[in-house]
Amino acid sequence: MDMKDIKQLSVNAIHNGTVIDHIPAQNLFKVISILGLDKIGSKITFGTNLESKRMGKKAIIKIADKFFEKDEINRIAMVAPLAKLNIIREYEVVDKMLVEVPDGISGIVKCMNPKCITNNEKVTPRFKVVDKKNVSLKCHYCEKITDQEHMEYL
Amino acid sequence: MKNKSLVSIDDLSKEEIFRVLDLAEGFEKNPNQRILVGKVVATLFYEPSTRTRLSFESAVNRLGGRVIGFSEASSTSVSKGESLKDTIMTVANYSDLIVMRHPIEGSARYASEVSKVPIINAGDGANQHPTQTLLDLYSIRKTQGKLDNLKIVMVGDLKYGRTVHSLLMAMSQFNASFTFISPKELQMPLEYKMYLDSIGLKYNETSELADNIKDADIIYMTRVQRERFSDPLEYEKVKNVYVLRNEMLKETKPNMKVLHPLPRVNEIHTDVDDNPQAYYFPQALNGVFTRMAIMAIILGLK
Repeated sequence: MDMKDIKQLSVNAIHNGTVIDHIPAQNLFKVISILGLDKIGSKITFGTNLESKRMGKKAIIKIADKFFEKDEINRIAMVAPLAKLNIIREYEVVDKMLVEVPDGISGIVKCMNPKCITNNEKVTPRFKVVDKKNVSLKCHYCEKITDQEHMEYL
Repeated sequence: MKNKSLVSIDDLSKEEIFRVLDLAEGFEKNPNQRILVGKVVATLFYEPSTRTRLSFESAVNRLGGRVIGFSEASSTSVSKGESLKDTIMTVANYSDLIVMRHPIEGSARYASEVSKVPIINAGDGANQHPTQTLLDLYSIRKTQGKLDNLKIVMVGDLKYGRTVHSLLMAMSQFNASFTFISPKELQMPLEYKMYLDSIGLKYNETSELADNIKDADIIYMTRVQRERFSDPLEYEKVKNVYVLRNEMLKETKPNMKVLHPLPRVNEIHTDVDDNPQAYYFPQALNGVFTRMAIMAIILGLK
């Protein structure tokens, strides 16, 4: 492929569907896994390590014929808090959505406390978001804080 | 509180705390009320405990109820690898109320979600021990005549001690002021100091014991445990620094009482025991009345 082809591929438009932009490049695969994009039949294209003035290296995902509910999309807030969604119908952007950090999350992040019940028995981790700006989570079970630096994804 | 589990002290409103304390007062005046006749309370202790388990069992017995349970997990199906969920689901069939101590943090909250009968958390690792906090509050109110505007001095292991953390959270509702006395390695965690800052309560932090107890209404002692130190030399340096001796109490306020969740090792010298300001053994007795009140309320009998 020469440069011209690559350029064309990265701006390839979709007919109907969703474009998720401004994903931190290092978290692209976490976004794919959190949204379950590795398990659906839609046509998906993604680009990563693209230049971004705002965030250095960013990634972008285009998913044909797929539209997200607000709750569903807020699940990626932990890994892509600045992500922006463009909703495409008939090649036109008909709506834009921003990710909002939810009040609580369940089943996405691991509790960082090794002595927590969620790390010792089959219990789905649940958290209250106690700091939305720096994303810090208080475990519903052991009541310990998991901060962004120590976040591991299920 | 009726039919609800008691997992964390933060689950209780100020009114609910007062209801427990008032009812405990009634049980202290008249401890032999046979209101638990026909009820079975299960005590599941996955970790050793003397005071907590025996005071619960004493409370149930005095109220005419029956106790089933175990005091160590090794003699049960747990040692065969049974999950906490399965044990709780099973025992909930045999009892009206489950009292549980477990080393894993959050285990009590989880048990309360899978159990059809209420759970009382009797300690989940380093996390919560709400009945201890309630009996501490009962002891403070009883000896000081009030909970508001008191000066609380906390001494010893303030980093890992769950009882001091829960007591701090509870007393912060009553405009307390605090002094934290501990070795550098075992200071009160930042999150609690930030919490006090955020609600505008005053605290001092120091590593000196003798000079900082004169204006205390309550001195709350805790054990400095050897296993908390990564450097054994550090433990040797501080182990005798945080020992309360009778001579240190000379200039303290006459209403001041010394509390300790027990077991004590050497952090309160035995020469304090005969001082009327020593309150740790009556404190342990108050645990029976407080636990009677908690069980009576949860079972809807009071």
